[in-house]
Amino acid sequence: MSEQDYVEPATVGAAVAALAAARGSTRLLAGGTDVLVQLRSGRVRPDLIVNLRRIPELAGVRSEDGAFVIGAATPCAVLGEHAALARAWPGVIEAATLIGSKQVQGRASLGGNLCNGSPAADSVPALIAAGAVALIDGPAGRRECPIEAVPAGPGRTTLAPAEILVAIRLPARPARSGDAYLRLIPRTEMDIAVVGAAVNLTVDAAGVVTAARVALGAVAPTALRVDAAGAALVGSTLDAAAIERMQAAVRAACRPIDDKRGTIAYRTQVAGVLAGRAARIAHQRATQGGQA
Amino acid sequence: MSRVRIEAVVNGEPVEFLGGTRQSLLDALRDELQLTGTKEGCGTGDCGACSVIVDGRLVCSCLMLAPEADGRTVETIEGLAKNGVMHPLQQQFLEQAALQCGFCTPGFLVAAKALLDRNPDPTESEVRYWLAGNLCRCTGYDKIVRAVMDAAAQMRAAGGAR
Amino acid sequence: MNDATHAANATGLKVVGQRPIRPDGADKVTGRAVFGADVHLPGMLIGRVKRSPHAHARILRIDTSAARALPGVKAVVTSDDFPRVGSEALEQGEGSATLVDVADNCLARGKVLYAGHAVAAVAAVSSEIAERALDLITVEYEVLPHVIDVEAAMAPDAPLLNERLFTAGVTPRPTTPSNIAQKTVVARGDVAKGFAAAEVVHEGRYVTVPVHQGYIEPHACVAWAGADGQHQIWCSSQGHFAVRAMCAKVLGLELRDIRVYPAEIGGGFGGKTTVYLEPVALALSRQCGRPVRMVMSREEVFLASGPTSGGVVEVRLGAMKDGTIVAAEVTLKFQAGAFPGSPVGAGSMAALACYAIEHAVVTGYDVVCNRPKVAAYRAPGAPIAAFGVESAIDELAVILGMDPIDLRIRNAVKPGMKAVYGASFREIAFVETLQAIQAHPQYRAPLGPNQGRGVAAGFWFNIGGESSAAVHVDEDGGATVITSNPDIGGSRASMAMMAAETLGLPIERVRATIADTTAIGFSALTGGSRVTFATGMAVVQAAQRVVQDLKRRAALTWECEADQVEWRDGAAYCTDASKEVAPLSLRDLASRSARTGGPISAEVSLNAQGAGPGFGVHVCDVEVDPETGRTTVLRYTAAQDVGRAIHPAYVEGQLQGGVAQGIGWALNEEYVYDAKGVLQNPGFLDYRMPVASDLPMIDTILIESAPNPRHPYGAKGVGEVPIVPPLAAVANAVQRATGVRMRALPISPPRLLAALDGEG
Repeated sequence: MSEQDYVEPATVGAAVAALAAARGSTRLLAGGTDVLVQLRSGRVRPDLIVNLRRIPELAGVRSEDGAFVIGAATPCAVLGEHAALARAWPGVIEAATLIGSKQVQGRASLGGNLCNGSPAADSVPALIAAGAVALIDGPAGRRECPIEAVPAGPGRTTLAPAEILVAIRLPARPARSGDAYLRLIPRTEMDIAVVGAAVNLTVDAAGVVTAARVALGAVAPTALRVDAAGAALVGSTLDAAAIERMQAAVRAACRPIDDKRGTIAYRTQVAGVLAGRAARIAHQRATQGGQA
Repeated sequence: MSRVRIEAVVNGEPVEFLGGTRQSLLDALRDELQLTGTKEGCGTGDCGACSVIVDGRLVCSCLMLAPEADGRTVETIEGLAKNGVMHPLQQQFLEQAALQCGFCTPGFLVAAKALLDRNPDPTESEVRYWLAGNLCRCTGYDKIVRAVMDAAAQMRAAGGAR
Repeated sequence: MNDATHAANATGLKVVGQRPIRPDGADKVTGRAVFGADVHLPGMLIGRVKRSPHAHARILRIDTSAARALPGVKAVVTSDDFPRVGSEALEQGEGSATLVDVADNCLARGKVLYAGHAVAAVAAVSSEIAERALDLITVEYEVLPHVIDVEAAMAPDAPLLNERLFTAGVTPRPTTPSNIAQKTVVARGDVAKGFAAAEVVHEGRYVTVPVHQGYIEPHACVAWAGADGQHQIWCSSQGHFAVRAMCAKVLGLELRDIRVYPAEIGGGFGGKTTVYLEPVALALSRQCGRPVRMVMSREEVFLASGPTSGGVVEVRLGAMKDGTIVAAEVTLKFQAGAFPGSPVGAGSMAALACYAIEHAVVTGYDVVCNRPKVAAYRAPGAPIAAFGVESAIDELAVILGMDPIDLRIRNAVKPGMKAVYGASFREIAFVETLQAIQAHPQYRAPLGPNQGRGVAAGFWFNIGGESSAAVHVDEDGGATVITSNPDIGGSRASMAMMAAETLGLPIERVRATIADTTAIGFSALTGGSRVTFATGMAVVQAAQRVVQDLKRRAALTWECEADQVEWRDGAAYCTDASKEVAPLSLRDLASRSARTGGPISAEVSLNAQGAGPGFGVHVCDVEVDPETGRTTVLRYTAAQDVGRAIHPAYVEGQLQGGVAQGIGWALNEEYVYDAKGVLQNPGFLDYRMPVASDLPMIDTILIESAPNPRHPYGAKGVGEVPIVPPLAAVANAVQRATGVRMRALPISPPRLLAALDGEG
């Protein structure tokens, strides 16, 4: 008889074991909003599908000393309904709830969005700007790494064989912090981001930026953290000159392609525009009492 | 592809059927349960014609595998009317001519029900953004949006949810 | 003429003009309605198509042996299973095709002409096995150079699609083959003289790219061949008689041996007036004797079903300083796709139809290229031509400093005038439609920074044609209207309403159905904005015959003369006072029909003449984000000369739907090809149709000041005009918002931003 081609393990350990023991190709399944499209097109033909839906550790949000630990398979719609998460990280939640449609958000997860490896994934720039950490389990045990270390290129991650992304941790938030994510799409919904920009900053009591992280999507083979752009904002009150310096750093960092969604020139130009706008929104959120 | 036994509650009724491990929930609803009201418009989650509600959550059934329905509740268009009485959304769609060819209509009705279950008093903008995942090529959405908002008003006046 | 016509003219109508719930509506909101892919038959097989990966190639060899040997595969066909056919023209409503082209498009013979062209098909017991069978079919190709762009295809050194295609409409007849299938000319007056007298001349070159009708339901059918040679087909189409004819001709069968059942149709817009799957499914079924279901995936819909042309529109206008346009020269170059038959002819006739221009010439070129054969798309050809002409007129308005509506009013056609393309206009209300937009609050709404307002007009002929309808009365006093036109927009409601009005029944007592090809007389397909007009005419005439029959039966019952009976409000009244009889209702007469001559029914087949053309005027307000090039439509109003709105809500729906398609066409819809001629965006993710959050409410104004006297209730066709103005309305609005004139569509953000930066 043929081997099982579909399993629903009940623990992370069992999932790792199933992946490690598989003889043929495997695919993890959380929300399925990328995997099923790829199955249908024939782009992937896994011998074994490992569905993560029965693993409690992978679903849900919990707080840990001010940090949020988000199960990697939690649907984005659930995140959007989490009031505390939305208050602390409006940019991350904006990004998560821009993915696809309400139907897609009912199933799509941050874990899937990250591990699918699309350079245009909406949630990844916001998670990078937030300083999120990936919690990974595998045959060699548990490990952590910054989110930006996970994508390796279009459709690829740095996860080792049989490793599973278990959760994403958003760090505890200093007071007076705010984040924002903006993307450019031709319609109002339903498009893959042509450009995405996320900014996360902390200000002091006078509104001066004390820390800033800027990340971009869809302008390189992976989402980019642009340190020079963040640095351009630190010490400023987001005056025009600081914004311009940030935008220049953003544009210099872009390495986009021409494709059916946008051109190199367009993406580069608009990346600067969106980063500037996201910075202003993040600053407004931070000064209006962005919380710890 | 192998076939597995799936037990679910569909439109309030317990059902049992065989589904393929690479078969979409959409195909299982249509081909195994003969519930053909849910439609395939694209198969890639871009048009919403296959919208159903799984465990209270609006989803595209073309983006779920049949085995994922095991142990879950599924609501389709066939379950919207109860005991032969149409849901206010269905009634408003008819009264406002919010459908022309009718192919996208089941998806819209299910999506709109999911909206009103959560938000009984949506603004026009909230309705439009919630329904952005449902494509219609015939109506230009105008009458659909009006029908949803009027159904919401009707439901609020009648004292809330069904 | 008759009771009903007098009533219509007096607008003492009881049902027509109201907004009842459509009689078929409950099925559509409960999921019960049966579309093509919902049909399930015992022993049904799944059919799938193998398609060319190459844009242009010779087929050297097809080996289907491994596929045939796969367990579970019951039939395999290629073009070898189709007979050789001739090039007679086929009835496709507003589409245009020859039989051999339709057949070769269904299954390629000798050559594949676009990536996605069908080369073989299989029928198997499951879709999984059918897919595997397709993989087992090997095809050897000799890849040839391809050409897609229309002007590239017209160049003398372009790769040739058909060595036997010589440009028609050119004298002397060319001796070298070409991709230009036809040249057409529509002209009047003397353009040289006209331009010589002009005080202002404006020239512009306008370009559109191919777009798809975008119906949400993919093509679907089930075909079942009978052992006795009598076959059945269930399909979603815009005309099941046309499907019958095309299948019969492609397969060399007799019409009476194919029975076609109309499933509900999930959108067509002209794209379902031809066949792709039905002859193939029937051929597969004939091989194995079992029903075969074939449904296109969304990818196949984009790869292989007819979109409309992309085109180049060159416009030259000559005008006086007071705005009178004295000369116009238009050149249209339209892509036909793999086989001849773009809508350039209709586009040429419609291009200047709105305007009383004395000297005009419109030249059209129908050009084949390596993409799917185009199919009709809502007012085929007119939106493309109007994009050019209405943009050029707007540019003229800017040059002359005139209000764009005033400029159009100055040049508008009026009743009694002759159109540039030759027809005489009788009852038209174009000027009133223009004035209605000028008077609408949107026209005066304040505009903020980066916002602009655009106006455009549009025209469509609307057709009449052959239709059949029957009205049956039940013994309990209800009635059923039967027609043979698939309902794509809610026409069953209008048919029931017109019958109810004529019979004097409340709408609740009338049902409307669509019968298969054996159960009702012939109807030309649903398209051309003709059903409410032509089929409605047949419905009314059938209902009028029923009324005559009811009056005869009343006279029999009362033993009076037939001319002493009046029919009013659903009952017969005796005008002979001496008789002292109570009125006889339709129910009274129906319950005793056996005694007065038998069942009460009438069927009418006619060829409706005198369809009224339609005019639309739209105003669109946009806001452009100058840093990203994104355009938002803020407000939109569409006014249209509709004659009489039988069911106003469905007429409004036609306007709103056409507007939405036009906005998508203007802003974001396009086919993207790679260097090998393969379509890169065959899906709804990257073929970007408007979603609900992209659009505002779309206001509509129905102008009913000029009803069509040749229709019993004054109806004109309405479905196609609404897609004609939006392309230019949006482009004109963008120009007013940004100062930049976009002469190429779509006005997507990267293109608009590049143009804005170029200007800055």
